[in-house]
This record gives sequence, structure tokens and C-alpha cells, in this order.
Amino acid sequence: MSMKVSSRQVDGVTIVDCSGRITLGEGSVILRDMVRDLLSKGNKKIVLNLADVNYIDSSGIGELVSAFTTTKNQGGELKLLNLTKKVNDLLQITKLYTVFDVKDDEASAVKSFK
Amino acid sequence: MAMTEQRVSYTLDSSLETIDRAEEKATRIATELGFGDDEVMQISMAVREAAVNAVLHGNSYAPDKKVTLAFERTESDLVITIRDQGKGMDLSKIPNPLAPENLLKTSGRGIFLMRSFMDVVEIRPSQSGTELKLIKHVHGSTAGGKEASQ
Repeated sequence: MSMKVSSRQVDGVTIVDCSGRITLGEGSVILRDMVRDLLSKGNKKIVLNLADVNYIDSSGIGELVSAFTTTKNQGGELKLLNLTKKVNDLLQITKLYTVFDVKDDEASAVKSFK
Repeated sequence: MAMTEQRVSYTLDSSLETIDRAEEKATRIATELGFGDDEVMQISMAVREAAVNAVLHGNSYAPDKKVTLAFERTESDLVITIRDQGKGMDLSKIPNPLAPENLLKTSGRGIFLMRSFMDVVEIRPSQSGTELKLIKHVHGSTAGGKEASQ
């Protein structure tokens, strides 16, 4: 299953709903393009909803890191929402769970920007 | 190709498709050998990472260079060998992705993930390419109880 992303606005925060696989190639490029597009339009409060992301490889992890640092470098903030167990485990073993601000529900994720 | 004699091997192009194919083969063979869901995921992800290394860092997508992928079921292990035809990697330059200064790097986690998911990872670089051997021990009597086939 290939990667799909769509974005929506909730109280000034952009929620990016991701589904499929974030892996080397198309999946990583789609996510990168989406984040860059949002930042270029001034959307700097970003939440990546990964509830439907069932697989991520090291390239995908790198893409999440890139999205995080790119957003931060532009004065914004990027958070992760609704990690599946597989993605959660990957972020734990790579010690990135402590780097990202990870949320379990959308409302608290949105509120956390204020 | 059937996994007769408990061994099967493939010769694959240096392309992105090879990475997906390698992962799919690993998933299928590990499942057919009776590994549990978590172990199948670990094996398939380790093979995917090894294939990424071979295609990108080893062969650099060169159309004249191939990736060989072999699965072997021994008495106690599933042994997966992935070989590229690149210049060989410098083991001393593999960074620790957990070091604070490397945490926010966007690459360099592939071998770490392989080592996290497999029981043994052997890396043998040479001037004619790098060979990665990934070993997963078979636990209990289920895994390997039936012959894998394609």
C-alpha cells in the first residue's frame, strides 16, 4: 500500500493525516513535499497523524526527523499523533521517542500548541 | 522457484523495486517457516534495510551491478545473505545512531535496526562488494516445520 497524505486545519493547527507506508522512495517524498508545502504557505503548527501508518523503514524515520528539524528551523513545531505499536516501538529503540512530542489524541495535540 | 534443499537464492537488479521484492520474499519465507508475526516483521524489516544498503550504498543503483539474496534454513537458524557488487563499506565509519550528536541525523539507522531485529548480523566488506549475513534463531518446533515454496 502506497503512502497517502491529506491535510486539514483545526484551530490554527494543521493536521496531516497519513496512511500507508513511509519508506524509501515515494512514501518519503510524498511526506517531504507535504511538509515543505505547508511551511511555504506559513503553516508552522503541524501534527502528523500516523494512526494509519502501518510500516516505516529507516528512510521513513529519517523523513520524520527531517520534517521535525525543517519545521523547527523555520520557527515552527511538528508533533506526532496516534502512533501504531510498530511505529512507537521503532521510535523507542532509536531513542527518537524522547525527541518528538508524541500525542495520543487530537484535541490535546491541538491544544498543546497554545 | 521452490525452497528445496532448504535454500533459495535470487539475483536482483539495483533498483527500488528490488528493495520491495526482497522485503516481500523475506515476509513470505519467514511466514512459511512458521515464525510469529513480530518475528516476521523483524526479519522482513532487516532484509529491507540490508537491501537498501546493497542497492543504494553498495551498488549505487548501477544497472550493471546485481544484488544477490539467499535464504537458507539450517537446523537451528534462518540465515539470510545479501551481497552487493559495490566498493565495500568502511565499518569504522558506521556511526552510532543513538549517540546524542547523531539522534537528529536523517540517515545511518539501517545497520542498527538490522542488529536490533536479528540475532546475529555479520558484515563482510571487500573490494568487490559487501556481504551481509542476517541470522534469526528458530525457536520451538514450529518454525521450519514446513517447507517454504514460491
